[in-house]
Amino acid sequence: MRVVARATQLKRSFSSQNTKVKVGIVLTLIFVAVAIFGPLLAPYDPSAQSAAQGASVAAPSLNHLFGTDQLGRDIFSQVLVGTRTTLLLGILTGLIATTLSVLVGVTSAYIGGLGDELLSLLSNIFLVFPALPFLIVVLGAFPKSGEITTILLLAFLGWPWGARVIRAQTLSLRNRDFITAARESGESNFRIIIFELLPNELSLIAASFVGTVLYAIGASVGLDFLGVGNTTIWSLGTILYWAQNGNALQLGAWWWFAIPGVIIALIGTGLVLLNFGLDEIGNPRLRDSNSSIKVGGRRVRPSDPTPVEIGVSSAQFGVPSSTTKRRDRRQLGIAAREVSVGAALQSPSTIDSNGRENSIATLVDANDTSTSQIEDSQRRGA
Amino acid sequence: MKFLLRRIGFYLIALFVAITVNFFIPRLMPGNVVDSLMAKYPTLKPQAQHALEILLGVGHNGSLIGQYFTYLHQLATGNLGIDPLQFPTPVISIIKAALPWTLVLVGTATVIAWVLGTLLGIFAAWRRGGFLDQILPGLSFIQATPYFFLALVLVWVLSIHFHLFPSQQGFSNGLAIGWNGPFIASALDHAILPALTIVVTSMAGWMLQMRNVMITTIGEDYVLAAQAKGLANRRVIFSYAARNAILPSLSGFALALGFVVSGTLLMEIVFNYPGIGTQLYTAVTSNDYPLTQAIFLVISVTVLVANIVADVIYVVSDPRARSKGE
Repeated sequence: MRVVARATQLKRSFSSQNTKVKVGIVLTLIFVAVAIFGPLLAPYDPSAQSAAQGASVAAPSLNHLFGTDQLGRDIFSQVLVGTRTTLLLGILTGLIATTLSVLVGVTSAYIGGLGDELLSLLSNIFLVFPALPFLIVVLGAFPKSGEITTILLLAFLGWPWGARVIRAQTLSLRNRDFITAARESGESNFRIIIFELLPNELSLIAASFVGTVLYAIGASVGLDFLGVGNTTIWSLGTILYWAQNGNALQLGAWWWFAIPGVIIALIGTGLVLLNFGLDEIGNPRLRDSNSSIKVGGRRVRPSDPTPVEIGVSSAQFGVPSSTTKRRDRRQLGIAAREVSVGAALQSPSTIDSNGRENSIATLVDANDTSTSQIEDSQRRGA
Repeated sequence: MKFLLRRIGFYLIALFVAITVNFFIPRLMPGNVVDSLMAKYPTLKPQAQHALEILLGVGHNGSLIGQYFTYLHQLATGNLGIDPLQFPTPVISIIKAALPWTLVLVGTATVIAWVLGTLLGIFAAWRRGGFLDQILPGLSFIQATPYFFLALVLVWVLSIHFHLFPSQQGFSNGLAIGWNGPFIASALDHAILPALTIVVTSMAGWMLQMRNVMITTIGEDYVLAAQAKGLANRRVIFSYAARNAILPSLSGFALALGFVVSGTLLMEIVFNYPGIGTQLYTAVTSNDYPLTQAIFLVISVTVLVANIVADVIYVVSDPRARSKGE
């Protein structure tokens, strides 16, 4: 009986709970594929002008799937080439900025003291620095600068968000028993950071990476739209720049601005949904109510206190995917160790959305800490 | 109090950084601006050249440190220089003319978006899995839409297609700016599309944030206890759950108000709205360094002020911040 109920529950949670995340993954993969193969498949040179009769501002047709612009250039080809530029810029910025975030965040929390104060001060100053106006001013003065300049500037201005969150997470992890145990057994700091700390922060780092990619794409598209970047490089923002300059709105050429715009929004949606998934891995309370299961005839949501029915392990709660399953098992081990030494009574710091530490976790009933998910959610900053 | 003192120290440092970066902006720009401006505008008087040289640091005014102190002195006395392109208008009066447009439009729109988004977030969390939760992926799409793209779409549909609202400028030509009926009516008419852009795109974010925090709060035992006492749902939602869940949203709101001035630059440019964003864009594209510099400073300071407000709200609304002294 229980086996059947559990099978139904798994099926249900798999079909509805992860729809958002699945849509996110599929969207992201589609655009990554477009970025990789798109330019190879582009039917025309995106800058090739055509003076033929009716080639200018032509509505979508079989010859030109997304229509043409004022100079008869093929918008479909521009989109294929532009998606690669925009995505590559986002991903490279994300990689550089997230590396900086991890370096600063972990170092800051690990060394503590004055070094921590100074690094936190630096992150905070970058946080209140108006990045977009600054980029407009700087790039506007150097109109011929390439994409590399934009990537470096965006990464340089984009790391502090991640650094703050990662610092807070490292602070709450570094005093835990498994880290202490590793230190007592004589492991080097480097090894502790790489093999003990970072694996526990992976979902946070991934979320920070996706967030930075999103920020970089948004900012670069805006800058390209203004034309303060290099308007000779085809990106999704550049297409919009030419559309605005070519009076696409007044000409009623919806394909010229609507198609690249919707594609930007779809790329962004994919990343936002992907981040939902990463958030939900870290904070199980955010999972859909559909993931509730019946235990002893009572509907239980992941957010409810642990049912005291004997034989129900926390691993049975709304397990959405194999990844989480593995993660839960691993964390269950950590949680069990902590509860055994009464560490559950200490108050781990949590982070609110502004990265401020607080101790809301102490409000959670101590019983809850025996389940892996609540344990996990406390650390993620519930 | 210790927390606030620490923060004040931080803001002084941040202000110093902002002012210093601002000092270097025109000095890192390529070319000698004064000469090109003098050549471009033969009507410029020699004293303007002097003023420009001081401001841009390209004159013979001694060491960089000397220039820096001259610059600090000018800032302290509120002298931002004379604008070379709208000679002889002082930069500060251009900013004074542009700032109210941005503050009123984007400020109002942000308040509306925050109130609506937060309320919807509360209900989405309370009725988890209900209608509002079903449209979450749609909200992500709206959230991921760039401000300026939504602005383009709204102009195209509501202005060019249906001729419902004007798409350019902040008011109709030929009206005197002031507290008179025709001007206010015209300004309101021109503000609807830009405001709609901001409300639609930023509301989704507030809703998601409130929903996520609220869901965590609803899981707390004191909410269960409140329900067990038989309190009305309304009371449980607003006085128990939302009251605690709203804290991060409140701080976020103050921060968003700081980005009012900078965050919607692109939207203003699409609508050719006479605010600070359009002015910055014009200044950048015409190499008007004094104006660029001044606007950047105004933006930096606004963001800092908003952060101070966010901190005060945080301390006032969250007793834990007071007791911990952090």
